[in-house]
Amino acid sequence: MTASASSTRVRGETILDVNHVVKHFPITQGVLFQKKVGAVKAVDGVSFQLRRGETLGIVGESGCGKSTLARLLMRLEKPTAGRATLAGQDLFAASGGELRRIRRNMQMVMQDPYTSLNPRMTVGDIIGEPFEIHPEAAPKGSRQRRVQELLDVVGLNPEHINRYPHQFSGGQRQRIGIARALALRPEVIVCDEPVSALDVSIQAQVINLLEELQDELGLSYIFIAHDLSVVRHISDRVAVMYLGRIVEIGTEDEIYDRATHPYTQALLSAAPVPDPDARDHRTIIRLRGDVPSPADPPSGCHFRTRCWKAQEICAIQDPQAVLRAADPHPSACHFAELRPTAT
Amino acid sequence: MSQHAVRPTPASPTPPGGHLLEVRDLHVEFRTGEGLAKVINGVSYHLDPGETLAVLGESGSGKSVTAQAVMGILDTPPAHISSGEIRYQGQDLLGLPEAQRRQIRGRDIAMIFQDALSALNPVFPVGWQIGETLRQRLGMSRADARRRSVELMDLVQIPAASERLGDYPHQFSGGMRQRVMIAMALAMEPKVLIADEPTTALDVTVQAQIMDLLADLRRDLDMAMILITHDLGVVADVADRIAVMYAGRIVEHADVRSLYRAPAHPYTKGLLDSIPRLDQRGGKLSTIRGLPPNLMRIPSGCPFHPRCPYVQQVCVDVVPHDLVLDDGRTSACHFAQEVRDDRVS
Amino acid sequence: MSDFETVAASENQAARRGLSGEPGTPNQVGKPGKPRSLARDAWRDLRRKPIFWISLVLVLLVTAMAAVPGLFTSNDPADCVLSRQHAAPSGGAIFGYDFQGCDTYARAVYGARASLQVGALSALFTGLIALVVGMLAGFFGGWVDAVLSRVIDIVLGIPLLLAAIVLLKRVGSDSATVRIAAVIFVLAVLGWTTAARVVRSSVITAREQDYVAAARMLGAGNGRIMWRHILPNALAPAIVVLTIALGSFIAAEATLSFLGIGLREPTISWGIEINNGRVHMRESATPLVVPSTFLALTVLAFIMLGDAIRDAFDPKLR
Repeated sequence: MTASASSTRVRGETILDVNHVVKHFPITQGVLFQKKVGAVKAVDGVSFQLRRGETLGIVGESGCGKSTLARLLMRLEKPTAGRATLAGQDLFAASGGELRRIRRNMQMVMQDPYTSLNPRMTVGDIIGEPFEIHPEAAPKGSRQRRVQELLDVVGLNPEHINRYPHQFSGGQRQRIGIARALALRPEVIVCDEPVSALDVSIQAQVINLLEELQDELGLSYIFIAHDLSVVRHISDRVAVMYLGRIVEIGTEDEIYDRATHPYTQALLSAAPVPDPDARDHRTIIRLRGDVPSPADPPSGCHFRTRCWKAQEICAIQDPQAVLRAADPHPSACHFAELRPTAT
Repeated sequence: MSQHAVRPTPASPTPPGGHLLEVRDLHVEFRTGEGLAKVINGVSYHLDPGETLAVLGESGSGKSVTAQAVMGILDTPPAHISSGEIRYQGQDLLGLPEAQRRQIRGRDIAMIFQDALSALNPVFPVGWQIGETLRQRLGMSRADARRRSVELMDLVQIPAASERLGDYPHQFSGGMRQRVMIAMALAMEPKVLIADEPTTALDVTVQAQIMDLLADLRRDLDMAMILITHDLGVVADVADRIAVMYAGRIVEHADVRSLYRAPAHPYTKGLLDSIPRLDQRGGKLSTIRGLPPNLMRIPSGCPFHPRCPYVQQVCVDVVPHDLVLDDGRTSACHFAQEVRDDRVS
Repeated sequence: MSDFETVAASENQAARRGLSGEPGTPNQVGKPGKPRSLARDAWRDLRRKPIFWISLVLVLLVTAMAAVPGLFTSNDPADCVLSRQHAAPSGGAIFGYDFQGCDTYARAVYGARASLQVGALSALFTGLIALVVGMLAGFFGGWVDAVLSRVIDIVLGIPLLLAAIVLLKRVGSDSATVRIAAVIFVLAVLGWTTAARVVRSSVITAREQDYVAAARMLGAGNGRIMWRHILPNALAPAIVVLTIALGSFIAAEATLSFLGIGLREPTISWGIEINNGRVHMRESATPLVVPSTFLALTVLAFIMLGDAIRDAFDPKLR
């Protein structure tokens, strides 16, 4: 019934293939006669594959391009270069009706539950809007029932269909956003920081919900977050981004236990651990300074200006994310090695 | 709310000279168009020189409002302190005239906020903003204030301080802005620094830098610090004692190690169980069911009872007092001992 | 421990099967209450507001006055006899007579038509121009915005009276309809800029919201996004500006008529009446006070109505 019949779903095969995607935002001057004076290299050549039924976590600090990457995949921004296919269809070339059909297969859950729902629409209208845009997804008579089912699926009271977003708490609104994303039965859901605006006790509820939905509906997630613990909890594989590039990608174990890129190691060491006993025998790698501006990233390895291992070659040669001897997973560092104290 | 007796807070008996800062049975209400919201319902804590107290809570728990009451920067109306005492060096701040409170604010007790960008004035250079306090309050000359501003910026480890004196807030990165705000707070060499979610808006690597800085400054300048946060990880790294707040009350108060090892309140236990761990993978997270209460309709008895897995009839009927456990911690739970030992066994 | 906030686990399971497309799952969901829309909810809210009813009654009263003035007075406003100059109330003339010896009340009643036409239609056309220009400029941005914003600046820079004089001087006809249409045209063409700026800025604010991105990701086109998501969120400030503008348009008509380029006798309008009354204010204030009161009440009624409608369309205020 949907664009992708469930019979064709095979776990493990690649559903989303992203190839060297680039997004440069031009920096311009002038209003009517614009002059390009530079470019913010928000996403600078990102490649990865997402397999059916898996969760790919993307971590990185603010400005690393992870949210821009999500917006590119959702076609909210036009890529400067690169290719991406979703279930074999070219994501970036599609337009008009074809793009609309592709959109049915990939949806996004946004970060801010307060601005992602139109305050002047009822919950029923918000979750029902996908059916209005895609009338073929549900016959008119069944729409209200479908909306109520969706409310139920995400753990909200189906009778609250006529309420407005402001009558719900942050966690409940995020569930509404999830219901809207589920409405068209997509195979891929991009979650852009879906729990970072929520209180600790509510975060766990939403994470559990996302995991349950994945098990039951066979969803594939791209899970973008800055919270390393949350990403580890939910992800099968993890990509670490720095200044528009993926510096290291691997299974959850490979990244969290056997990271070989110095940035990943620093990031992990700096993450606060909720255990006061760990205070004394924890060594935090202290990075120098701040993330450089993406409008003017360092030559060669983008991380070299803050890296304690940096040598001359780092400024000259751009390290590729290839398998490294230290541990066989892609790591974009000339001097990739396991952290001596890593457990 | 009179059922809440004033009790000594744990971990240390009152020293002979009294505590440096002590909040006693504070009640704050917000009068809104929709009714009376009881935001703080009998909060007591104390702070001794040189220690770090973490106040942990989710949004709406009243953790920031308590700090604002201590600073005397509550918006009144709608806020209204209905009862309680805030003693600084034995003196009740709530009884002081505004002019005297202003003297204490900044000079003795300073505060830093989450959002450094909006806390700094965008149209003045940062050096001028740091120096303003010095000129206004200490009557320093321009040159002296400038010299001292550079010292303060060096103290908070802003590189090339003397060259950045003339820069405006937007020219600094998030972490550097936070450092500027800390420098401003330190200008009067306060004895108490209240840090309200100081690193929430920052990235992990920068967060680690700022927390290190705060810990170093606290030690070097011998300040006491109140760290307000929702982040259980940050707290574990720096705090000596923790007060956990829920619905305007302190539900558990303990030294940091024993609290993490064996929480004695179901809410604390639920929070600790519900966070994913960096060193553990997958599995279902345990959750705290339901939502935090509406402060206009706080549940009867124990405010946590609708969400509590240990709930009994007594929890619905009776407001729990702060139970002092054998190791000196307190927990506002009828079954504090059982909750704690449940974890141990 | 229950997983969810409100729904029991078993109920969840049943409904989940429904989602995965299994036929014949019994409908687990609650009573299918009547689906609501913002407009319907706004109406439910409005019905309970006394201020809405008061202002509505006033607006309807003035509208009726404009449509069928004969219902409110049996006197002929053109029946003027100089011997009755500033005479005390008598007969149907409950507010007495003016300088020309005309029935003050009758003239105020008959003045409603021209004034209301000018005020309401100018506001309506202003609103339409402002919505279109503001929406296009705010939504599309870029060069569209650059061009339209300069147009707004230029129109805003034209002095209203000067331009009105130039434009209205060319209207030779004395026909009431033609002159009213001309005044409406001039006021609308020169008066839409403030509202357009307000619309533009609120459209820009709404456009940046995440819910617009969410709609786009669902595949919604520009039309749907503008109509369903941006317009309802950008309309509120425009309504306020327009209801206030409505009053100032009625007043502007008075100014133009006073200068002799707006409406002309024998057309009756509040503007003309207020001007005439003002000249002879020292002899008798009533011919000034009566049309002024009518004007003030009408403007007030429209502003209150606009306020009530704006609030009703904001679910947060309910």
